[in-house]
Amino acid sequence: MTKSFKVIIVGGGHNGLVCATYLAAAGHQVQVLEARDSLGGGAATSEFAKGYRVSGLAHILHSLSPKVRKDLKLDTAGLEPGTAVETIALDTAGQHIRIGSTEVSGDGLSAEDINAYRQFKADFTHYAGALQPLIMNKPPRLKGMDSKDKTTLAKLGWQLRFGLGKKSMREFLRVGGINIYDVLDEVIDSPQLKGAIAVDAVLGQHMGPRTPNSVLTYLHRLWGETHSQASLPAGGMGQVASALERAATDAGVSLRTSAAVARITVSDGLAKGVELRSGECLEADIVVSNADAKTTFLDLVDSAELDAMFVHRVNSIRSLGNVAKLHFALNGLPKINGLLQEGLGHRLLIAPNMRYVEHAFNHAKYGEFSENPVLEITIPSIADPSLAPAGHHVMSVSATFAPYGLKQGWDKQREAFTQRVIHCIEQYAPGFVEQIVAQELLTPVDIEAQYHVTGGHWHHGEMAIDQLFMMRPIHGAAQYDTPINGLFLCGAAAHPGGGLTGIPGHNAAQRILAMAKEGF
Amino acid sequence: MEKYDAIIIGAGHNGLTNAAFLAKAGLDVVVLEKNNYVGGATASLELYEGWKYSNCSYVCSLFRPEIYQALDLGRHGLEVVPLQGSVSLMQNGDHFGSYHQSEVRRREIMRHSKRDADAAIRFDADLMKWCRLIRGFLLRTPPDPASFRMRDAMEFAHLLKRFYSLTESQIYEFIRFFTMSIAEYLEQYFESDIILAHFSGGSIIGTGLGVYSPGTAYVLLHHAMGDVDGNVGSWGFARGGMGSVSQAIASSFQSFGGKIRTNAEVQQIAVKGRKATGVVLASGEEVSAKVVVSNLDAKRTFLNVMDANDVPDDLLHRAKNFKIRGSSGKVNIALDGMPEFPAIPSGSPLTLGHMHFTDSLERLERAFDDWKDDRWSADPYVDMVIPTQYDPTMSPPGKHMMSVFVQYCPAEVEGGWTDAKRDAFGATVIDQIADYSPNFKDLILHAEIRTPRELEAEVGLTEGNIFQGELTLDQLMFNRPFPGYAQYRGPVKNMYMCSSSNHPGGGVMGAPGANSAREILLDLGKTDTTPEDFGDD
Amino acid sequence: MSKQAIDLTPQPNFRQVLQPTPFHQRMVEHCPIQNWMSWNGYQTPRVCDQLASEYFAIRSTCSVMDLTPMEKYRIIGPDAVKFLNRLVTRDISGLKPGRVTYVIWCNDEGKVLDDGTLFHLEQGDYRLCAQHHQLDWLLLSSLGMDVSIEEETHNIAALSVQGPTSFSVLSAAGLQGLDTLKPFGICQSVLHGFDVTISRTGFTGDLGYELWVDPSNGLALWDAIFMLKDNGLFDIRTIGLSALEMVRIEAGFIMPGDDFNTAESTIRADHDRSPYELGLGWLVDFDKPYFTGKRALIHEYSQPIARRLVKLQVEGNKPPADSFLYDGKGGRRIGTIKSHSWSPILKTNVCMADIEYRNGLPPGEIWAEIYYQKELEWRATWAKCSVSEKPFWVHPRRLATPPQAF
Repeated sequence: MTKSFKVIIVGGGHNGLVCATYLAAAGHQVQVLEARDSLGGGAATSEFAKGYRVSGLAHILHSLSPKVRKDLKLDTAGLEPGTAVETIALDTAGQHIRIGSTEVSGDGLSAEDINAYRQFKADFTHYAGALQPLIMNKPPRLKGMDSKDKTTLAKLGWQLRFGLGKKSMREFLRVGGINIYDVLDEVIDSPQLKGAIAVDAVLGQHMGPRTPNSVLTYLHRLWGETHSQASLPAGGMGQVASALERAATDAGVSLRTSAAVARITVSDGLAKGVELRSGECLEADIVVSNADAKTTFLDLVDSAELDAMFVHRVNSIRSLGNVAKLHFALNGLPKINGLLQEGLGHRLLIAPNMRYVEHAFNHAKYGEFSENPVLEITIPSIADPSLAPAGHHVMSVSATFAPYGLKQGWDKQREAFTQRVIHCIEQYAPGFVEQIVAQELLTPVDIEAQYHVTGGHWHHGEMAIDQLFMMRPIHGAAQYDTPINGLFLCGAAAHPGGGLTGIPGHNAAQRILAMAKEGF
Repeated sequence: MEKYDAIIIGAGHNGLTNAAFLAKAGLDVVVLEKNNYVGGATASLELYEGWKYSNCSYVCSLFRPEIYQALDLGRHGLEVVPLQGSVSLMQNGDHFGSYHQSEVRRREIMRHSKRDADAAIRFDADLMKWCRLIRGFLLRTPPDPASFRMRDAMEFAHLLKRFYSLTESQIYEFIRFFTMSIAEYLEQYFESDIILAHFSGGSIIGTGLGVYSPGTAYVLLHHAMGDVDGNVGSWGFARGGMGSVSQAIASSFQSFGGKIRTNAEVQQIAVKGRKATGVVLASGEEVSAKVVVSNLDAKRTFLNVMDANDVPDDLLHRAKNFKIRGSSGKVNIALDGMPEFPAIPSGSPLTLGHMHFTDSLERLERAFDDWKDDRWSADPYVDMVIPTQYDPTMSPPGKHMMSVFVQYCPAEVEGGWTDAKRDAFGATVIDQIADYSPNFKDLILHAEIRTPRELEAEVGLTEGNIFQGELTLDQLMFNRPFPGYAQYRGPVKNMYMCSSSNHPGGGVMGAPGANSAREILLDLGKTDTTPEDFGDD
Repeated sequence: MSKQAIDLTPQPNFRQVLQPTPFHQRMVEHCPIQNWMSWNGYQTPRVCDQLASEYFAIRSTCSVMDLTPMEKYRIIGPDAVKFLNRLVTRDISGLKPGRVTYVIWCNDEGKVLDDGTLFHLEQGDYRLCAQHHQLDWLLLSSLGMDVSIEEETHNIAALSVQGPTSFSVLSAAGLQGLDTLKPFGICQSVLHGFDVTISRTGFTGDLGYELWVDPSNGLALWDAIFMLKDNGLFDIRTIGLSALEMVRIEAGFIMPGDDFNTAESTIRADHDRSPYELGLGWLVDFDKPYFTGKRALIHEYSQPIARRLVKLQVEGNKPPADSFLYDGKGGRRIGTIKSHSWSPILKTNVCMADIEYRNGLPPGEIWAEIYYQKELEWRATWAKCSVSEKPFWVHPRRLATPPQAF
């Protein structure tokens, strides 16, 4: 055990809590500072209308790293394995498709498509698995690499060549950089099935199915699936935040909410601590930012402490969100044409075909919201009835595309967009509009304001190749440490990016501990 | 039955280049061409009396000077005259002129944004870094990443060495350049809409991608790394039209004893015992050879002129799914005089270069949205040149020939292409130009309108794709045309490929033809006649 | 996809590739040989009349050069000092109003982008003069700061008046305050009813001044000076860039773009240069607030130096243009001459040379291999070189205040 450091973690989102817990478990003195009144960030549950509560942003648990889950003993901290969530691609005529992780079923599907899906998922899950060494480690530098970087690259090369085999490696290298549209068109016929898969490739991104890179984002998501199926924890998403909080507390982390950090103090190239909005100053040996890169380097740190081109590159990060979150308080369960009540507990998708998704995206390019948005719908109150009054329900909808930079501004467009979404759901669930008791719309602008995420971007920045791996969030700050000594990143802005994986927090903690061992 | 050392199928410029290097090595070579003229898409045709059209490819820059020198094309009649500058006309009546004089060009950028004029220095230097790296790769055979052969390992080592001549941060920036969209890449440098639009255009030419599609920044290089006499990034006209390029290569080829047969369409490559033995012509005639080289695109090669039984299943599958969607059209116009462009200052040299009429990234991207939905762009991006301002051989005195390249035009429109739809496409283009030139329509004597349908039918470019295969990461370098087949060798012995479907791809470069010849000569144990890269240092 | 207002200002005249400066009308009269070149896009004389007499005008009488094409940026705002300190390697927080200082600035890697002079005109009001176009870099460096940066190259007409009689000439022309103006000082004067800003600065290593006026007063300023020559009081000569090149090498001033590649336009790795490699380590201050490149420079400072730009005197009279340099006669090649001049006043070859160091140490004995031509025949010779740590030529009159009248 080396010296015990005093660590401040800025932001009590899931990655901040994961990082804090690892560091505290290693004997360091860790203080988490959260601006909001609850911990867990996007996974925190809050009340949006009197008597109705819902998890603010994340509404399904998938991709959570099993290593994090095990190391932090989250299962004993209250995160019990819940029910697996499947995706149901809705159809106005009631011919829904049910998409599991390996199997797909639906009345309208051909036997060829059912087989093709099985093969496609097997192949792509296989490719995604090859990324394992890259994802669980700090991204290797491509020049001036240390021994760990060399090991990571060697493992990756081995995985590609021998893990995948010659044929799969070639196929992986072929499709890795292209779009999901062309790949799906090659193997699957059903427009509905293709539409649903394409959503997984573009959700949360500024991408359509035809945007090159969308295969990579799909692989990234699949990588999460290789070890942790989408699920709703027993007791709902609220369990995620409370389990993380408990794990942190058990490890000795000191947690403070309603403690917004105004700035990270830097002196002579060294992080010294933080100053809160209240004016209170806290000193630390190490400051870890769970905020996105722009917030960290442009707001919290005085950018004059950094090199000019570095700051320019931070400023050029693409991080404008495209997903709005809608919460509906309902006086009962909605009735969807041709869907049994059991189905309502799953992830419902409105994305009838790839062209629909692409058209939805077209609008986002020009600062318009989708005329026909892509919707991802869950009803969290089914798993956790405490979220709504008896007999009532809450519906959580991620609506895409709702660009941050709406040309006309969101102020005047909130109602129009909400109506588009309601209208869209109504087509699948007639009578839905009469069930609404209360509603809330969180546009990317609202998400930015409430969650302190620049651009309201889910993943703290686009997950395109040029902003991934050793370029995430930008090169020069891609190994969790930053040009400012003693300042680290641990959030979704860092490798491997967004999602409730806990991996950025885990990797950042490993990096800090490794560097601490060497005395920085 | 005629017997040769080598048969090349298709007398496009790559086929001729390939043939010329084989003939130069002493082989007895015949080139078989289905049309009654040579050149394929690199031809000059007289479709209106007195006018010569470069009716497909229309400007020259990527053609490798190494090949020019090695085949002595100057003495075989090729003259490439550099173009001067380019201009984008704007909807508000203004324009941006990229003058050939750097001082004037700078002041013109300043007129739109002072900052952008200075950012252009940073941009140019960065682009040159990537150019340097990629150019050295054009005349080399891509290594196979899945192979363990010594040659592939050595080639990888060579590439890595070049790659590592960059600094660490340049390495990341290079990767980003390779994977970003042109619009987002340029937005790191420039702020003015017109500057962004003007510099982006080159990145979508011939592609099925929009300015916001990742992977398009690299395509810019494809259009910027050519040079005319060492002036990197500049373009030239071939005197007499692009047909002069193929004529000169053909003449060089013939000077080495090579033979060209036109009106000789190949129906099938004959294969016996997993070895190519020759070809069968449409006429039924058989021609035999030790080596058969296909200059057809990958789809035609493996699906049309090869028997499915001679092609392995995985290759057949890849060939069927080869992405070769056409995205461009061409309008060639005979003009009674020089059209006026009131927005351009009188006497300005700007009409001598490329002319465009798209002034924002949004308009460029919307043009792409139309293509995605199988429509031609209602507001297309055009690359227009009037070579008769330099070249007196292409039209009668005082008259002009205008070559208009149009992006986007899909290979398939809803309900299929008809002559009426083709003409409506032409009208869209002519109307756009007429918006900026009041006397333009009155000057039109004849117009040849070519959608992908015509390009496929006449020149044999599948789906009308000008690069014989899209330039996306899945079809570049060691993936071009297919993983495992990127070294110009076909699935049966003695069969090779030399078209733009192969590395380094389209543009009138001649590089696939030369690279393929190098591999053939290596296999035959002959002296290599193909040139080495001149090198950048 | 932001829309921005389009500036419909007059289009650049494509027939006039080089822009005239506000002094052009007069300068033409002094340039009988019409030997023009481009300096930042402006029409500038390479040589006005005769190089030798232009050189000696600088060194022994009074020279006038049109300085307008020098890139000029106005920097104003609450964060001006913060911005400038983040930009340049020196601490400029102590630069008082009315003072000028020499500065360099680097990119993130600590490689020099450009050099220039920083004028503190009035409290919080700065002018940065640079060799190359820097607006993009200045704006990029100002992100998040409350500072306004305007390019004003064309809005300020400037003359450089240099030479031993420059003080007497300008005083006689009616400019006031020169007798108390110290080197690197700025003062204001009124001449025939218009304002003239005077700085005691220059690129010649001699006594000299730079005069800054509104372009509309350019010709009046010119005439006020040259009237003295017309009246037979002083010899005053216009000079071109060739004469300046001679004296700036004598004075040991380096020229970005000639003596080293500016970092922004460098294409090949290792072809750019740090302040240490240029012998400008004295301009780098690690005790000041953070500036771009500081981290890289701290690292570089801890390593043995690999190469340096040095002032090199080459024996003999053969011109060592572009010569290779060797460690010992016929030894290992260690560098090249970047710029050179025959010094008429010292009667020797003076050069700027880029040479490799080994283990942080300079080579023992430097020899140049010189190729030169006699009547179309090329010959080669070796010449011994010596490194000069001080400028080749210095004169006490440069610093004397009040300057001596001539």
